[in-house]
Amino acid sequence: MNRSFRHNLYELFSSMRFAISLLTILAIASAIGTVLKQGEAYNAYLNQFGPFWFGIFERLGLYAVYHAGWFLTILAFLVISTSLCILRQAPQMLHEMRTYREHAKESSLRQFAHRAELATALSVEQAGGRIEAHLRQQGYQTRRNARAGALLIAAKAGSWNRLGYILAHSAIVTICIGGLLDGDLPLNLHLWLGNKQIARGTQSLDRLPPASRLPVDHWSYRGNIFVPEGKRADFATVNIGDGFLIQELPFDLILKKFHVDYYSTGAPKRFASDVVLVDKKTGISTARTIEVNKPFTYQGITLYQASFEDGGSVLRLKAHSLSPGSGEVLDLTGAVGDAIRLTRRDAPLTLELTNLRPINVENIGSPRTDTGNLLEKHLGSGAKSDRDLHNVGPSILFKLRDNAGQAREFNSYMLPIEQEGRRFFLAGVRDAQADDFRYMRIPADREGTMTTWFELRTLLTDPAARAQIARRFTAAALKGDAVSETLRSKLSDTTEHTLGLYADGGYEGLDKFIRTTLPAAEQQKAAEVFVKVLQGAAWEALQLSREQRQLAPWPMDGISAAFINDSLNAISDSFHYGAPVFIEMTGFDLVQASVIQATRSPGQYIVYLGCALLIAGVCFMLYVRERRFFALVKEDGSVLLAMSTNRKTLDFEETFVRHRDQLQQLLTLPESDHGTHSG
Amino acid sequence: MELIQANPPLLRRLAPLDWAAALLLALGAAYAFRSYGGYMDGYEKAFLVLAVPTFSWLAWQWSALRNLMGLIALLSLAGISLYQGDLARAEQVFWLKYFLSSQTAIGWMCALFFMATGAFWLGLLARSDFAERTGSALTWTAVLMGFTGMMVRWYESYLIGTDVGHIPVSNLYEVFVLFSLITALLYLHYERRYGTRRLGAFVLLVISAAVGFLLWYTFSRDAQGIQPLVPALQSYWMKIHVPANFIGYGSFALAAMVGVAWLLQSRGILATRLPAPVVLEDVMYKSIAVGFAFFTIATILGALWAAEAWGTYWQWDPKETWALIVWLNYAAWLHMRLTKGLRGAVLAWWSVSGLVVTSFAFLGVNMFLSGLHSYGSL
Ligand code: HEM
Repeated sequence: MNRSFRHNLYELFSSMRFAISLLTILAIASAIGTVLKQGEAYNAYLNQFGPFWFGIFERLGLYAVYHAGWFLTILAFLVISTSLCILRQAPQMLHEMRTYREHAKESSLRQFAHRAELATALSVEQAGGRIEAHLRQQGYQTRRNARAGALLIAAKAGSWNRLGYILAHSAIVTICIGGLLDGDLPLNLHLWLGNKQIARGTQSLDRLPPASRLPVDHWSYRGNIFVPEGKRADFATVNIGDGFLIQELPFDLILKKFHVDYYSTGAPKRFASDVVLVDKKTGISTARTIEVNKPFTYQGITLYQASFEDGGSVLRLKAHSLSPGSGEVLDLTGAVGDAIRLTRRDAPLTLELTNLRPINVENIGSPRTDTGNLLEKHLGSGAKSDRDLHNVGPSILFKLRDNAGQAREFNSYMLPIEQEGRRFFLAGVRDAQADDFRYMRIPADREGTMTTWFELRTLLTDPAARAQIARRFTAAALKGDAVSETLRSKLSDTTEHTLGLYADGGYEGLDKFIRTTLPAAEQQKAAEVFVKVLQGAAWEALQLSREQRQLAPWPMDGISAAFINDSLNAISDSFHYGAPVFIEMTGFDLVQASVIQATRSPGQYIVYLGCALLIAGVCFMLYVRERRFFALVKEDGSVLLAMSTNRKTLDFEETFVRHRDQLQQLLTLPESDHGTHSG
Repeated sequence: MELIQANPPLLRRLAPLDWAAALLLALGAAYAFRSYGGYMDGYEKAFLVLAVPTFSWLAWQWSALRNLMGLIALLSLAGISLYQGDLARAEQVFWLKYFLSSQTAIGWMCALFFMATGAFWLGLLARSDFAERTGSALTWTAVLMGFTGMMVRWYESYLIGTDVGHIPVSNLYEVFVLFSLITALLYLHYERRYGTRRLGAFVLLVISAAVGFLLWYTFSRDAQGIQPLVPALQSYWMKIHVPANFIGYGSFALAAMVGVAWLLQSRGILATRLPAPVVLEDVMYKSIAVGFAFFTIATILGALWAAEAWGTYWQWDPKETWALIVWLNYAAWLHMRLTKGLRGAVLAWWSVSGLVVTSFAFLGVNMFLSGLHSYGSL
C-alpha cells in the first residue's frame, strides 16, 4: 500500500460523511432483523419460505442477523471509523481545550463573523482590567497578551464541549468492545476451531459427550436451567441455531419451591423461585429467592427467573368409555410427561399427558349491554372496563395416539365454566396443532358434576335401555288417555326408533333420516315432533337414572329443561369427539419446574462504563456551549471585539450582542463608578 | 451597577413564590416519606428525594411551570379527597364525574387540545394575536387537566387494590397521554424561549393526531382500563425509563413539525406568517438535541432494566432494535448538521422522516412486530 492510498483511506474512514453513511447503513441493517423473526426453529423458516429461499436466507444469515458476519463487519467498521476519527480529532480537541489563542493577530480577528469596534476614553490597562473582570464574572477564563501598543484579552468558556466529543465517541468504541466480549464470539471461536459439537434432538442430557459441554470457566454465556421442585440441576442449556450445548455450572441449584401469585383478576402477579445453591468446590449452600426483576448474582453468574413449566405434576384421572351403552369408568394416575397404555379390547390407545395448567385466566365478560351513552361510559374512573378476567380453573392438555401412531390433541377443563347462566365442562379437541380447539360443552348437573350426563348418555346409547325408556315415555305421555294398545305400541316403537336414530348419529342422524324419507312439506313439522319426543324420552331417561341410583327425582323446572337440552346437544357432539374415551381430571398434585436463566457476561461492566461516558459526552457536547471571546484594546482608545464558537445557534448571536452592549457601557462609564462592579 | 447584571445568579432571581414552591415540594416529599416510606424500596426513596430539587429547579426556571405544578397539585388533591377511598364515587359525585376523575379529566384534555389546535390555526391564518393567545391558554389548560387526570388515575389504581396500584406509564393508553402532555410542554417552552406562537399550529397538529389515536383506542378498543402490572413491569426503572423515552419522542415529534413549517416556508406558503428560517432551524436543532440526550439516557436505562428483568442488557428485541434505529437516525442528523453546507431542506426533510421512524418505533413495533415489549399490543 503506498502512502497516499493509506492516507486517503484514513481520510475517508475518519470523515464525517463516512460516519453518516455508517450510521444510516447500520440503522437499515438493524431493521432487517426486526422484520424477520429471529432465532426460530429452522423448520418454521423452511415452512415459511420453501426450500429454495430457506437456503438462500440461511446463507445470508437472516435467521440470526445480529450474529451474522456481515452485520459484525458493519459494526467493526463503526468501531474502526470512530477510533480513527478520535485519533484524528482528539489531539486538536485537547489543544483547543487548553489554548486561549492569546496570540491571535488583529488581522485574523477582523475575519470573525461576530465582531464589533468600540471606543473608550480609558487607558489600555483600565479598559483591559474592566473587560477581563466582566468576562470572568460571566464565566469565562481569560488570559492577557500585551503586545506593541495594545493589549489582547483572550477568553474562553465551555471547553468541556470538546471533552464531550472525546467521551461520547470513545464510549461508542467501549460499548461495542464490551458487547463483543459478551456476544457469542468466544463460543464461535470454539465451534470454528472444531473442538465443540452442537447437540441436537432429544438425547439424554447426562449422556452427552464432553464435546457438547462447555467448561465451568467458559468466558461468557447465556443458558437456561430447568429444575423441578425438590430436584437439583447443575448445568444450563445454551441454544445455538437448531441445536444446543451444555454449560457446566460451578454449583448445584436446588429448587425448594416455585411460587406464582395472582391478582384478584387472576392475572399473574409474581413469579418466584426459592432456591438453594450448593457450591461444588466448598460445599457451602446459599438460600435465595429469585424473582422477575430481582435476579441473584453468584460468582459472576447472574440467575434470573425466566419462565416456568410443569415439572411432572401427578394427575388423577377417570377414563370414561364412550362406547355405546358401556358406561365403564377406569381410574388412572399419571404424571405430566407420561404416556399411558389404555388397555381396550378393540383398539389399544396411548394417552400422552402433555401439560397441566393449574390456572386459566379468560375474558368471560360478555360486552356490557347497558349501551347507555357512549360518552357517559367513558367518564369516571379508570377502573371501569368491559373486560372481565377470571380464573376458570385448571385444565389438562393430552393426546390420544392410536396404534397407527395417529394422534389427536385434547384440552379439558377440570371445573365447570359459566356460560349463558349455565355451567358447562368444556372439552376441546383438534386434529392438528395449527387448528383451533373445537369444544364440546358438557352440562354440569345439579351437583356440579358430569355424572348425570354420562349416565344419560349411557342409557340413551344402550339399545336395551332405549326400549325401557320408550315404554316409560309412552306411559307418561298417554297417562289417563284411553287409547288402544296398538296406538300405545306404535308410539313406543316410534320413540325407540327416534332414540335409535339419535344414538347412531346424533342430531345429524335424525336430520339425515328426515331428509331422505319424508316429503319436503312435512320435514319441518316432523323435525319438531322428533325433538319433542327426544326431549321427553331424555327426561324419562334422567329420572330412570335417578331411580337406579336411588336418588330423588329432579323436579320438572327450567333448570331440568335446560339440562336436558344441553345434554342432548353434548351427546350429539360427543359422536364427533374423535376418541373412544373421555378423560376427566378429578384432582392433581402440582409439581412445578422453574426455568432459570444463567448468564455470565463479563463485558457488562465495560458496556456500562461506555454508557456512562456516552451520557456525559452527549450532555457536554450538546449542552456545554463553547465560546471564545477576544478584546483587543489599543492605545488609540479603540477596542476590537470578536467572538466565535464551534456550534452556531441563535443564542450565540444574542450572547454576542449582550456582551458587546455590556462592554460598551462598561467602557464609557467614568472611572469612579467602577467600584461596585465586581459583585 | 445593576445595569449590566443581565443574568444574575439563579438564587438571587428567586421570588417568594419560588421559595414557597420549593418548600411545598419538600413538605410534600416529607409527608410521603412519613406516610408511605415503609412501602418504598431504596430506589423509590432516592427518586422521591431527587424529585424535590429537580422540580424546584424546573419551577425556578419557569414561573408558569411553577404555577402549573401548584394547580395540578391542587386539583389532584381535590380529586383524591372527593373519592374518600371509594371508587364508586366517581359515578356519584358531580365534580368527580364531570371534571376530576381520571377518564373525565383526560377527556377534557383531549377536547382542550383540539380546541387549542383550532385556535392556533385560526390565529395563523387570520393573523389574529388574540386567537393565538387563546391557543396558548387552551394548551396550558389541557396540560393541567391531563396531568390532573394522570395523578388521579395513579390514585385510582391504588383504590382498585394496593397490589394493583402503579404509576400510570405502563400501557399504550397511558403513554399516549404522557406523549401529548410532554410534547405540549416542550412546545410551550419553545414558545416562551423564542417569543413566538406561530409554531403552535404545527406542533398541536401532532398532538391532535396523538389525541385522535387515544380516542380511537379508548372508544373502539376499550383500552382505558387500569390493568395490574405483569411481573416484568414491576420495577422502579419503569418510573424513569418511560418518561425519559417520551421526552425523546416528544422532542422528535416537535422537531418534525418544525421541519414541516420550514418546508412550507421555503415554498413560500405562509412565508410571511411563520418565523424566519434561521429561527425554525434553531428550534429544530435544539429540539433534536434535547430529544437525543434524553433518548440516549432512556435507551441506556432500558438496557439496565433489561439486564435485570430479562437477564441481558441487549438482546435485539424489536423494540430495542428500533430504539437503536431511531437513535442512529438522529445521530446521523446531528452529524449532517455539523457538515458544512448541510442545512435547510435536507435537514428539514430528514427531521420530518425522522417522525416516521420514531412513530414506527413507538407504535409500529407494537402493531406489526412481536417481542418482549408486549405492554401495548394493538
Ligand atoms: C453511534 C455513533 C455516533 C454517535 C452517537 C455520535 C454522536 C455525536 C454527537 C451527539 C455529536 C455532537 C453533535 C452536535 O454537537 O450537534 C457528534 C459530533 C461529531 N461526531 Fe459523532 N457520533 C457517532 C459516530 C461518529 C463517527 C463514526 C465519527 C467519525 C467518523 C464521528 C465524528 C464526529 C465529529 C467529527 C463530530 C464533531 C465534533 C466537534 O466538532 O465538536 N461521529 N457525534
